Amino acid sequence: MSFQAVVFYILSAILIFAGFRVVTAKNPVHAALYLVLAFFTASGHWLLLQAEFLAIALVLVYVGAVMVLFLFVVMMLDINVEKLREGFWRHFPQAATVALIMMAEIVLILSSPEAHLADVKPAAAAAAAGEISNVKVLGRQLYTTYLLAFEAAAVILLVAMVAAIGITIRQRKDSKYVDPGVQVRVQSKDRVRVVKMAATKRQDDAVSDSNEQQA
Amino acid sequence: MELLQSLLGSEAGMAVWTLLKILAIVAPLMIGVAYLTLAERKVIGYMQIRIGPNRVGPKGLLQPLADGVKLLMKEIILPTQSSKGLFLLAPVLSIMPALAAWAVIPFNDTMVLANINASLLYIMAITSMGVYGVIVAGWAGNSKYSFLGALRSSAQIVSYELAMGFALVGVLMVSSSLNLVDIVNQQGQGMAGGSIFSWNWLPLFPLFIVYLVSGVAETNRAPFDVAEGESEIVAGFHVEYSGMAFAIFFLAEYANMILVAVLTSLLFLGGWLSPFPASWGAIGASSIVWLLVKMSAVLFCFLWFRATFPRYRYDQIMRLGWKVFIPVTLVSILVLGVWMLSPLSLWK
Repeated sequence: MSFQAVVFYILSAILIFAGFRVVTAKNPVHAALYLVLAFFTASGHWLLLQAEFLAIALVLVYVGAVMVLFLFVVMMLDINVEKLREGFWRHFPQAATVALIMMAEIVLILSSPEAHLADVKPAAAAAAAGEISNVKVLGRQLYTTYLLAFEAAAVILLVAMVAAIGITIRQRKDSKYVDPGVQVRVQSKDRVRVVKMAATKRQDDAVSDSNEQQA
Repeated sequence: MELLQSLLGSEAGMAVWTLLKILAIVAPLMIGVAYLTLAERKVIGYMQIRIGPNRVGPKGLLQPLADGVKLLMKEIILPTQSSKGLFLLAPVLSIMPALAAWAVIPFNDTMVLANINASLLYIMAITSMGVYGVIVAGWAGNSKYSFLGALRSSAQIVSYELAMGFALVGVLMVSSSLNLVDIVNQQGQGMAGGSIFSWNWLPLFPLFIVYLVSGVAETNRAPFDVAEGESEIVAGFHVEYSGMAFAIFFLAEYANMILVAVLTSLLFLGGWLSPFPASWGAIGASSIVWLLVKMSAVLFCFLWFRATFPRYRYDQIMRLGWKVFIPVTLVSILVLGVWMLSPLSLWK
């Protein structure tokens, strides 16, 4: 067994274990952390395929950003595990059916001769054919052959983002809000008033001095 | 290396050689971290007209060792009802990215552990994992203060990561490479002929400032240290940690500072290139000494900021990240793109 094969089996074992624990872990925070482990291990698989850009992008986007926000939300929730488990066996047959159908679909697609999986060249072969880096190949494809689809996807994402912000934005009337622009522009004369007074001489110096000493 | 390969066979020799190289990077890094803590206390001390630590060893030079021994001897306390496994995993999660990122950092033209094509992307991916140490530490300790600190810190790190990433986009546009060695070598060329003015800090000045400030925010250093905020939430995400577990967080913070300093030097300050013309002999030659000098200068700025600025309020941090830095970087990238296509481009 070559070194790569050993790494592949170790990564696969970790990935399957992590995926299994995502579903079975009682604590949702543990489940989310196992999902992070699953993403990280999957990026290891992509590295084995020499698709280093996709591997790094997976870590950067899913592990570094999406899962952080996900954990954020899960940690804030006060989840009652007992209540969640109530209808488990009642809903199990339906869920199992859906899972089996999805599994069958994936297997059928991958095993059908029309998928041409045997023809797909590994990235190493493509690199040997003249292209140097994975990133360059991907960039060239995205901005030449698939430009229209890529831009359309970008616009759709932008619209979704604006819509999400539009739905959640709510102005509360009673919230106290500081305008940072006003704070930055503030001058010393807006906050402090310097009063000039003529000095006056005390009338009863001796008396007040003795009073102060007593105090 | 040939000696090792002849002794152990080619594959085992290679593995041992790589381990030795890793050791040669991590050991000086750890010593650097230890003495950075001393430098911080000394620099801030003199800025506040004090002397700083001066009792242990000559001029206080053994202070970091004394601190380390003290932390090693202390008991690690596990809070009741904490999530034990995650509680112990969190310090590991926070120091791992700070060390793993050094795998692709070049020290000169040839001295680099792994000279991979996508090294800049690798660094962005690895450093984006540092936030898990903070979140997991805050959650596993089962304390309100540490949880608040973790929430603040992760929101801050995620926000500033965007600005930092956009600043890096500008650098990789002008150098048309993701490889750190190529990025430094590109700064040695151009119209200004490899002098200090052809380094990226001048043509990419807005991005340089954004990167430096985001670097301070990413490492949770003052004035962006709301995650620790001693006066508000005791000590932030690591309230519940003691002894060596706390020390690991401490090491990770300082290792991250050194990492940001070396990245700023490589990406914007010309890395190992000398600021003087090559005809000046030894000081005109590019060498690792120049990289160390630039790193020290950036690290001094980190300490200087801490001694100078009061802590930002939380909404001000968010405003700076989202409403100032991200628009600045987006406009800079656009301007840069137009500049590169125009006849005035410096990067042909």
